[in-house]
Amino acid sequence: MVRSVSVDLNNDASLVIDIPDALCERDKVKFTIHIKTTLSSFQKSEFSVPRQHEDFIWLHDTIVETEEYAGLIIPPAPPKPDFEGPREKMHKLGEGESSMTKEEYAKMKQELEAEYLAVFKKTVQVHEVFLQRLSSHPMFRKDRNFQIFLEYDQDLTVRRKNAKEMFGGFFKNMVKSADEVLISGVKEVDEFFEQEKIFLLDYSSKIKDATAKAEKMTRSHKNVADDYNHISGAMNSIAADNNTAFKKHLEKCAEVFEKLRKLEDRVASDQELKLTELLRYYTRDIQAAKDLLYRRARALADYENSNKTLDKARLKGKDIAQAEENQKQCLRKFDKLSESGKKELTSFKARRVVAFRKNLIEMTELEIKHAKNSMSLLQGSIEILNSN
Amino acid sequence: ETSKYRSLAGFSSVLFVVLSLVKVFLSQSPEAACLSAEDISPSSNGPRDDDPDDLFAEATEEVSLDSPERQPILSDGPSPAITPVTPVMISPRVDVFDRSPDQDEDEEENRDTFDIQISVSDPEKVGDGMNAYMVYKVTTKTSLSIFSRDEVCVKRRFSDFLGLYSKLASKYMHMGYIVPPAPEKSIVGMTKVKVGKEDLSSVEFVEKRRSALERYLLRTVKHPALLKDPDVLQFLESSELPRAVSTQALSGAGILRMVNKAADAVNKMTIKMNESDAWFEEKQQQFENLDVQLRKLHASVESLVCHRKELSVNTASFAKSAAMLGNSEDHTALSRALSQLAEVEEKIDQLHQDQSYADFYLISELLGDYVRLITAVKGVFDQRMKAWAKWQDAQVMLQRKREAEAKLQYANKPDKLQQATDEIREWEGKVQQGERDFEQISKNIRREVGRFEKDRVKDFRVVIIKYLESLVHTQQQLIKYWEAFLPEAKAIA
Repeated sequence: MVRSVSVDLNNDASLVIDIPDALCERDKVKFTIHIKTTLSSFQKSEFSVPRQHEDFIWLHDTIVETEEYAGLIIPPAPPKPDFEGPREKMHKLGEGESSMTKEEYAKMKQELEAEYLAVFKKTVQVHEVFLQRLSSHPMFRKDRNFQIFLEYDQDLTVRRKNAKEMFGGFFKNMVKSADEVLISGVKEVDEFFEQEKIFLLDYSSKIKDATAKAEKMTRSHKNVADDYNHISGAMNSIAADNNTAFKKHLEKCAEVFEKLRKLEDRVASDQELKLTELLRYYTRDIQAAKDLLYRRARALADYENSNKTLDKARLKGKDIAQAEENQKQCLRKFDKLSESGKKELTSFKARRVVAFRKNLIEMTELEIKHAKNSMSLLQGSIEILNSN
Repeated sequence: ETSKYRSLAGFSSVLFVVLSLVKVFLSQSPEAACLSAEDISPSSNGPRDDDPDDLFAEATEEVSLDSPERQPILSDGPSPAITPVTPVMISPRVDVFDRSPDQDEDEEENRDTFDIQISVSDPEKVGDGMNAYMVYKVTTKTSLSIFSRDEVCVKRRFSDFLGLYSKLASKYMHMGYIVPPAPEKSIVGMTKVKVGKEDLSSVEFVEKRRSALERYLLRTVKHPALLKDPDVLQFLESSELPRAVSTQALSGAGILRMVNKAADAVNKMTIKMNESDAWFEEKQQQFENLDVQLRKLHASVESLVCHRKELSVNTASFAKSAAMLGNSEDHTALSRALSQLAEVEEKIDQLHQDQSYADFYLISELLGDYVRLITAVKGVFDQRMKAWAKWQDAQVMLQRKREAEAKLQYANKPDKLQQATDEIREWEGKVQQGERDFEQISKNIRREVGRFEKDRVKDFRVVIIKYLESLVHTQQQLIKYWEAFLPEAKAIA
């Protein structure tokens, strides 16, 4: 099953990447990257390599810093794995162990495992997609550092440190500041880019909002599941004090609520995986597209400046050749960015549409499945309770 | 398959009458992001608070500033402005009629005695500002002969219900009958209504109260002794009811009750009963446990109600956001799909809201009623202790009188001796009466508790089925909505 929020990025057999496994050790997550390739640039045709989240960030940053890729949408870096929720729960579990019954403890432990699993799924998915975006892109897949990331059979920590010292995240920071102002300030001659600019600026704020609202919705689902859990527990304690047939009745009810909880939890986590994660991812991807517009706007500004410099040089009669060369270069760069930018933004839209379609379909199918399961659980329980 | 449980659920009674002393409790509902916490949790005090910790419970009462003199509700003169409140069909209307086969063997609870239907409806606001109050229509339909007509409608206000409860408690509580507690007062809720806020929370408050009043009456008449009580009959039938005086704020009666409460509290602490009957000891412990457990369950359900409401709000909010995203989306097919997703989520948010009402009216309110009933049951056990103490005190007194008489035998004072002999006889009578009373109340309590437990089981079974059916309905709707959306999602091209 392809887990990606994006298009099925593994359809090119020449370089197939997936993350079949991940291990959580304290604070660090170790991803096992599995590669299958027919490309001659790789030494082996199938192999695996362990990587940490920080390695992904290093790879992302080096790509961002690469001048050559200025006209491309750079796949957004995967967010840091966030195990804060389950970790808190584990802490609570440890503290409250003495005050809980054996059943309560076992139940909480089970919940905890489910939560860990959910966070795991999310983080594996998003790291996997990052790599798959790179591997499916004609230019990124040839990137030297990408190859090192995939092939280098030792720890990348040393390399990471060196890279940080070299670049210091300079370019990355530059892009982040005031990009909206610059982008909207550009006097756009090209109709395509004018449309894209208007679209991206508006869409970016809307999708951020939708992501936040989806997150709240998912959290409410989880709260309801939690309540079912407590109700189940409370019913069980009442049942414990009752004898006779009523006790069995209550225990059955408690069981129903426990099952409802599991279903509600699944609804919540599937909604998160298919909807919220989709929105989160595309919020980041929209930002990457905006970054591209920003770089193009910078290039345009540079070109306009170079024109001014040339005029000045011509007036003064000094350094004309240099100014001419500079102007030519700026124009070349701007044209290159515009050309590749157009291609990138077009394929971006296609990718986005396909991803939304896929995830909305999957989400809907899961919602239907869970609702049907709930219904049969409920109807079955009603029958049993009625017959008692 | 659904028809199977429909026929069983159709005439089931959710309500339940047990006689007891009400002891008002304060339950906490999870505050946090809960929307209308004050409307959901019973937050203030009712009459006859026996809680030893809260001697001044009576101090917070429904501050009704209208004139204290008797004012028949249904006068012929020009009535003050009546604002009918749009009835919100929120709670599932429940039939009181218990036609399900009764497995009663112990008593003559004739099928006939339950042929009575009561509904509380049509809340109307009378007057404005802080003098305003709500009036409810109470309709009784019955074939029982103790009623003068087979259908009668009267108008009653909240304090009338409190007054009824007050009278019943004072008459029956000390005999060991579990008198169903009247619903709680709510300063916040009432003030909003008085002030004229027509918002959703006021409407919900009125509906919540209407439903609670109905359940209260149904429980009351379900008790065979209370059904025949003249005060109950008057309440249901008489078009004019004397204003319930004792529920007014800090009246003479109110202060008296406060004082009694204090005395009771002290007494409870000093009575150490010699329990010879294991049944009572066991039952008392059971009810203590049940009290704790029910409160916990109630709290969890209140939390569910709250979170379900939040889910509804958050879903609605997401729907709006998805609609805006759809508008912004420049790919036509995806844009349409997103708009349709927004519509689905909007329908779902309404589903969640309806479900939260079911959560509330079916389960949460019932549990709240039971927590109060349990308190009443515990009160009845206290009454037995008091009866026992009275009997013991009489025995002690008798002993003293006998000793006094013995002393007087040697003193040769014939007048005093006669008096002493008379007093002995008097106290012998009191001792006998004390023993009889104690035995009677013990017998009553056994019977009452038996009924309580049977009815409690029945109620719970009925309610849980109803509730699960409401969940089934929600899931059915979800399936419908999502199945309608699926082709839209697939149509994205």
